[in-house]
Amino acid sequence: MKMNGARILLECLKKEGVDTVFGYPGGTVINIYNELFSFKDIHHILPRHEQAGTHAADGYARATGKVGVAIATSGPGATNTVTGIATAYMDSIPMVIITGQVSTALIGNDAFQEVDIIGITRSCTKHNFLVRDVKDLALIMKKAFYIASTGRPGPVLVDLPKDVQIAETEFVYPDTVEMRSYKPTVTGHPRQVEKAVDMLLESHRPVIYVGGGVILANASDELTGLSRKLSVPVTTTLMGLGSFPGNDPLSLGMLGMHGSYCANMAMTNSDLIIAVGARFDDRVTGKIATFAPGAKIIHIDVDPTSIKKNVRVDLPIVGDVKDVLAKMIKLADKHKDKADGFKAALTPWHEDIAGWKDKHPLGYKQSSTIIKPQFVIQKLRELSDDDVIVATDVGQHQMWTAQFFQFNKPRTLLSSGGLGTMGYGLPAAMGAQAAFPERQVISICGDGGVQMNIQEIATLVQNRLPVKIVILNNNFLGMVRQWQELFFDKRYSQTCMELPIDFVKLAEAYGAKGFSTSKPGEVETVIKQAFKEKGPVIMEFKIAREEKVLPMVPAGASLNEMVLNA
Amino acid sequence: MLHTVSVLVENEFGVLSRVASLFSGRGFNIDSLTVAPTNEEGLSRMTIVTRGDEQILEQITKQLNKLIDVLKVIDFSDGSAIEREMILVKVTAEDENRAEVLRIVDIFRAKIIDVTPKSYTIEATGSPAKIDAILELLRPLGLKELVRTGAVAIGRGAKGWKG
Repeated sequence: MKMNGARILLECLKKEGVDTVFGYPGGTVINIYNELFSFKDIHHILPRHEQAGTHAADGYARATGKVGVAIATSGPGATNTVTGIATAYMDSIPMVIITGQVSTALIGNDAFQEVDIIGITRSCTKHNFLVRDVKDLALIMKKAFYIASTGRPGPVLVDLPKDVQIAETEFVYPDTVEMRSYKPTVTGHPRQVEKAVDMLLESHRPVIYVGGGVILANASDELTGLSRKLSVPVTTTLMGLGSFPGNDPLSLGMLGMHGSYCANMAMTNSDLIIAVGARFDDRVTGKIATFAPGAKIIHIDVDPTSIKKNVRVDLPIVGDVKDVLAKMIKLADKHKDKADGFKAALTPWHEDIAGWKDKHPLGYKQSSTIIKPQFVIQKLRELSDDDVIVATDVGQHQMWTAQFFQFNKPRTLLSSGGLGTMGYGLPAAMGAQAAFPERQVISICGDGGVQMNIQEIATLVQNRLPVKIVILNNNFLGMVRQWQELFFDKRYSQTCMELPIDFVKLAEAYGAKGFSTSKPGEVETVIKQAFKEKGPVIMEFKIAREEKVLPMVPAGASLNEMVLNA
Repeated sequence: MLHTVSVLVENEFGVLSRVASLFSGRGFNIDSLTVAPTNEEGLSRMTIVTRGDEQILEQITKQLNKLIDVLKVIDFSDGSAIEREMILVKVTAEDENRAEVLRIVDIFRAKIIDVTPKSYTIEATGSPAKIDAILELLRPLGLKELVRTGAVAIGRGAKGWKG
C-alpha cells in the first residue's frame, strides 16, 4: 500500500514493537504528528523539553531493555536532544531518535530551524542516518533498530527531511537486515573461555568486577550463577548495581571513587580480576599505575575497543557476556573436582574480605536534630516495594543512593554513569513509569539537578505518571562543594544555591502533591504519606548541608588510598 | 612510528567525516589520508598514514572497525605492503638550474608535465621515501608549489584483500 513517509515512519515503529514514544512537535515534524493524530497503536508522551523527552526514552529503555524512541523537530528541537543522546551513548543505551529536518532542497542553505544534526551527533551516536529518499526509509528504520539494539547497544539518530515525510511510496518492511559492514561478535571464542576458567581455578584471590554490560546483556542470572557456584566475590560499578544481588554475602558493593573500602581493597589485593561488561573507567581504577598490581586480568566485553583501552589485559574475550558466562559455568561443572578444591582454598581470601568489611563498613553519623541523607536513602529502601525502580540525578545523592539503597535486581537503578548528566533523574523516572505504570518509581535528586528538568512535573501530572520525587536539599551543588571543601580550602565558589525554594508550593503549582521536612523524626511519615498518594509527589528533605560522600578516592590517587573520614 | 592502515568503507554519505572525526575526537594523528572508490560497487578504500605506539595503533584499528560503515581494516605491518604516492611540484628553473632539474627528474624517473621559461612542473611517483628524496634535492633549487597525494598501499603477494 502506498503511504507517505510520515505514515511509513509510524508503521516502522509499530513493526519494531514500539508502544510508547516521547516527542515534541514542530515545523518539520508536523506531518508525523498529523499521522500520529489518527494512529492508535503508539502512545505518545509530550514532555516539556526535548532533552527531557530523550532522557525519558532512555529511562524507558533502561527499565525495559527495549529500544527507547524520541522525536524532535529540526534545529533547536534537535540540538536539545543532544545531551540526552550523549548520556545514552556513554552508558550504551539502545535508543532511536527521530529528528525532523528541513526539506532536502533547502539543506545547506541555513534555512529556518536548520541544523546539521548528523554532523553534531556523529560522535555521540552509535550511528546516524539522513534519509534522502522515502524509498530508503523503511530499510533505514530497520537498520536503526538493529544497530541500536545489537552488539554494544547505543543511540541511533534518523534525520528525516520534511519532503521525505510528505513523499509517498509502497510500504514494505524488511523482516531481517543484513549489513556486510556491521557484524558484532557475540559468541566468545571457546578456547579463550576455557583459558579463562583455567586461570580462575588456578587463582587464590579472584574478584569478578561487573559493569553495566551485564545488565544490558540480561546476564544477571549467569553472573550470579557463576559467582555462587565458585564462591567468587563480586564488585560492581555504578552501572552494574543490581546485576548481582546487593544482599548476597559474596557482594562487595560498588568499587571506585566512592566505592566500599572492602571492594577497593579486594581489587588492589586480588590475583585475578574478571572484568565483565565493564570498561575500567578512571572513576573505577583510580591511578592506573598502581591499579591491582598483582592481578591478572580477564576482560569479557562485546565491544573490542573497551579491551586494553585503559589497562593491560592478560586474556581478552570478545563476545556477549551472557554467552561467555554461561559457557564458563558449564566448564566449571565439567571440572568439578578442581572447582571444589579451588572453592575450599578460597577461605583465607574470604577471611581477608570479611576483615575489610568489618574494618570500614559503609556508614554515617546519625543525628537526632538534622536529617542525614544516608538515613533518607535507607528509609526509602525499607519502605519501598521490592521491585521499585529508582532513577537518580547526578551528584552526592546519586552516590548515597548507590551506597545505601541496596539494589538486588537488574534494571532497578537508572543513573547517568558515563556522562554524569544533571537533570537526568526526573525525566528518566518518567520514562520508566510510562513503561511500568503499576510499579513504584522513585526519582532521587538533589536540589541542583532537579531544577534542570523540573518542568517535567507537568508531564507527570498530565499523563498520570505517579513518580515519587525525592529531593535531598542542602542548598548546595553538593558534590562540587565537597571537592571545594576537601581540595580547594573551602572556597565555595558558585556552589551555594541560596534562594530557598518552596518545593511544596512548586509541586502544587503543577497540580502535584508536595511534602517537606527538616526533622529526622518525620522522614518515615513523609515517605509513607507520599507512597500512599495516587499521583506524582515531591518529597523534600532538608538535609545536613555539609554532609560528604565518603569514603572517597581522590581523583588521581590509588584505590587503596581512600579518604575514610574527613 | 609511522603506520599505514587501509580501510574499506561503504560508500555512504558522510563516511569520510565519520573516519576523520573519529581521529580528531580521540586525539589520533593523521599524516595523510586518501580515499577513492574501488573496483567493487559501493565500496571505497581509504589509505591512512598515522602514528603512535602499539597500544594506540590497536585502538585505532579497533575504533575504525567499530564504525558501522567500515567493512574491513587492514593494518599493514612492516614490509607487508607496497606503498606509492605521487607529487606534482613546480620548481624554479632558470639559467644553469634548468639542467640540474632535468638531471634530478631523470635520475628519479619523474616527468616534466609543464614548462615555462622560468619553471618546470614535475610529476613523480614512488615510495614515500623516494618522494622525500627527490623533494630534498629539488628544495634548494626553489620549490614554488607542492601537491602530494599521500600514500596508497596494497598488500604484497597473490591474494586480494578478501584473501
